[in-house]
Amino acid sequence: MKILVPVKRVVDYNVKIKVKSDNSNVDLENVKMSMNPFDEIAVEEAVRLKEKKLCNEIIAITIGSAKSEETLRTALAIGADKGILVETEEEVQPLEVAKILREIIKKNNPDLVLMGKQAIDDDSNQTGQMLSALLEWPQGTFASKLEINGKKLNVTREIDGGLETLEMAIPAIITTDLRLNEPRYASLPNIMKAKQKPIEKITPKDLNIEIKQRLKTLEVKEPPKKQAGIKIDSVQELVKKLHDEEKVI
Amino acid sequence: MSVLVLIEHDNQSLKLSSLNTITAAKKIDKSVHAIILGENCSKVAEELSKCQDIEEIFISENNIYKNHIAENIAPTIVELANKYSHILAPSSTFGKNIMPRIAALLDVAQISDIISVENNDTFIRPIYAGNANLKVQSKDSKKIITVRTTNFEASKLDGGNTKITKIENKKDAGLSKFLKNELNKSDRPELTSAGIIISGGRGMESGKNFNLLEEVADKLKAAVGASRAAVDAGFVPNDYQVGQTGKVVAPELYIAVGISGAIQHLAGMKDSKIIVAINKDEEAPIFQVADYGIVGDLFKILPELSKELDKIKS
Repeated sequence: MKILVPVKRVVDYNVKIKVKSDNSNVDLENVKMSMNPFDEIAVEEAVRLKEKKLCNEIIAITIGSAKSEETLRTALAIGADKGILVETEEEVQPLEVAKILREIIKKNNPDLVLMGKQAIDDDSNQTGQMLSALLEWPQGTFASKLEINGKKLNVTREIDGGLETLEMAIPAIITTDLRLNEPRYASLPNIMKAKQKPIEKITPKDLNIEIKQRLKTLEVKEPPKKQAGIKIDSVQELVKKLHDEEKVI
Repeated sequence: MSVLVLIEHDNQSLKLSSLNTITAAKKIDKSVHAIILGENCSKVAEELSKCQDIEEIFISENNIYKNHIAENIAPTIVELANKYSHILAPSSTFGKNIMPRIAALLDVAQISDIISVENNDTFIRPIYAGNANLKVQSKDSKKIITVRTTNFEASKLDGGNTKITKIENKKDAGLSKFLKNELNKSDRPELTSAGIIISGGRGMESGKNFNLLEEVADKLKAAVGASRAAVDAGFVPNDYQVGQTGKVVAPELYIAVGISGAIQHLAGMKDSKIIVAINKDEEAPIFQVADYGIVGDLFKILPELSKELDKIKS
């Protein structure tokens, strides 16, 4: 089985982001960037399948500026075999990401696409579902467990109120939720090895994809700040406030 | 053109999220239609027909829609789409799963998780786990939208007798098959619709200690939630989780117990009307968003709180 894992370079999840003073966007100057955490889970899952001999090749793909090569190297250090960088300086929105991935899939014929359910920058949660629609493939979104039996997959999904299990045939798109696995740290020897692994570089133009800005950012603002409240010494006083003043209990 | 709302339900009754979504739709256009796809779900249509904000209800009942399989629902909605300028669903796991599939089939962008309608092409949505709000304009002819339900009041079911029209079924796309679900049963209210929520964090120290929270919850008719740290530690199942990676809630009263207040948790509860924090660490970030804070040992405070609640009831 060949697995494609799309990964995205995003602001590290530990960074407290700041909004630019002109409200044009979030300030990304000199901010630590990392692989989107949900994508790390996707890479890890692919590597585990390879370790179980259920997969023989893992291709990591990213779309973004030349710096996104770092994110591909991270995927290669965790265990992907080769990388594809679709290089562009433009902002690429989910539908166009899905269209680029569709072209890559046509060329590489993976049996499975494993990808994060959402990126922690724009929080869209769209690309996997869009890609499966474009390909007319089944989708197993928000997966917390994945079982492969030959050409069939059982996907356990995190849904509101509990879990749901779907059966689907490959080829399929799986998007990862947090509890699917705990990604490993790449070891130093593997980081060194990753530097030798092949990365193919192309552009959206090579794939005949025109990047459209369907969604226009008009303004980015900090959410209204909540005023810190008061400290209370006794439970009795708290209950009195909630009951008599706020009337919420 | 009218706005279409894809109704979330469990074949028996409406989910409250649908009524919040109807309110968001109403802010876009005064003509709002609803579509119900399910199996033996005529009760849902009857319930919705009491909603005065809806002009017309469409229903299609078929086994292929029973478990809300995205691959079956999306083509049905796409077929109806030419009559509508906007199609909305709640940004629950139901809407998140289906709507991008519809958007891609229509070759338009989706605007996810809106918290405000500015006008019919401009919306506000949170990005970076709620640390920034993006005002975004869609240039596509049709807008596919998911709605953060906590930011819109629920539309009322107070009379009205909306017309219900049956529509034809589609074929099974045959891509995904439902095997089973494991839903967590509880007599307490659901997190996303509860008026009061009491949540525990890593400070609870064990799953067993959640009994202390449950005792208070039962007295307040509250839902019980948890931080991601408590879920990761295995104290409670994942569907208790409030936060960026769990549920987004905005009850009248949110009581955070033994929760430090990581950004990812705050993203899920900071819009609650009154926030109470109980934590032994007075530097915990949760106190920065709390209206009322008590610094102290939760294992002493929770039993006391339970006793005080008995007093106000008697």
